[in-house]
Amino acid sequence: MTLFELKDILEASILVGNEQLNREFDKCEASDLMSDILAGLSEGSVLLTGLTTVQVVRTAVVAGVGAIVFVRDKTPPQAVIDLARTEGVPLLTTPFSMFVSCGRLHAHGITGLNEMKQLLISARPVTN
Amino acid sequence: MTAFKKSFNIKKRDFVRAGEASIKIQNILKLLNMDQKLIRRIAICGYEGEMNVVMHGGDGILTVEIDIEKIMLDIEDNGVGIEDIELAMQKGYSTATEEHREMGFGAGMGLPNMKANSDDFKIESEKGKGTHVHMEFIVSAD
Ligand SMILES: Nc1ncnc2c1ncn2[C@@H]1O[C@H](COP(=O)(O)OP(=O)(O)O)[C@@H](O)[C@H]1O
Ligand SMILES: [Mg+2]
Repeated sequence: MTLFELKDILEASILVGNEQLNREFDKCEASDLMSDILAGLSEGSVLLTGLTTVQVVRTAVVAGVGAIVFVRDKTPPQAVIDLARTEGVPLLTTPFSMFVSCGRLHAHGITGLNEMKQLLISARPVTN
Repeated sequence: MTAFKKSFNIKKRDFVRAGEASIKIQNILKLLNMDQKLIRRIAICGYEGEMNVVMHGGDGILTVEIDIEKIMLDIEDNGVGIEDIELAMQKGYSTATEEHREMGFGAGMGLPNMKANSDDFKIESEKGKGTHVHMEFIVSAD
């Protein structure tokens, strides 16, 4: 789905990235643990988080995360918004909780990172 | 022969700037048109390394060296050092504080992830003197 559809589903506001609304996403992760994002298959995913520090944006840049959604109406400090703008990482904020945000996106066909891996494994031709 | 070498200072407890060096290195590698997956692995290793220096270590220096066939990251700090490296390398082991965890770090996954993402990983440390992590990444021919 596009970032625009994702914004609608989460009833979110866009803090950074209005010019990227056509960008496509199909997987999502939800975490407040940046080391998990850095250790996972997070490239091109959407990150849902309750953390609003500069380290969230840097983690996204380093790991190739495509967009960040802050849950529970959290708004990051201006320095975080400025950094995201410089680095070209879209930032959204949703009134929903982490749980409800995940549920809404999953119901619309967004998968987790591991599910993507599972799909790839099951799609692999059987050789014996 | 080293084609390119650059060092970045890392300051103890500078949580605001931590990670800047790794993003700069990421940008240099992008300009050089390196493989995307390789760039990601290097940036992740640099970033976890920077966070370790800022959180657990002292003042430090991150050096990147780019050769035709390999890229090296060298991270050295003059902090408290690691008493038991084997223990520190275990997944989940962490001496991180509440403050570190509030920033999303301190799950004890940094060093294991750096080892997993590099082609060669070396760590040396002396208690009271500091820590030295050296990582190498092979640049494949095509
Ligand atoms: N540069 C360093 N200086 C001192 N101690 C370190 C350093 N890097 C790592 N450590 C020690 O090793 C532990 C494990 O590191 P790591 O796997 O990165 O996990 P985390 O950073 O989440 O604690 C740290 O909690 C710390 O005790
Ligand atoms: Mg660490």
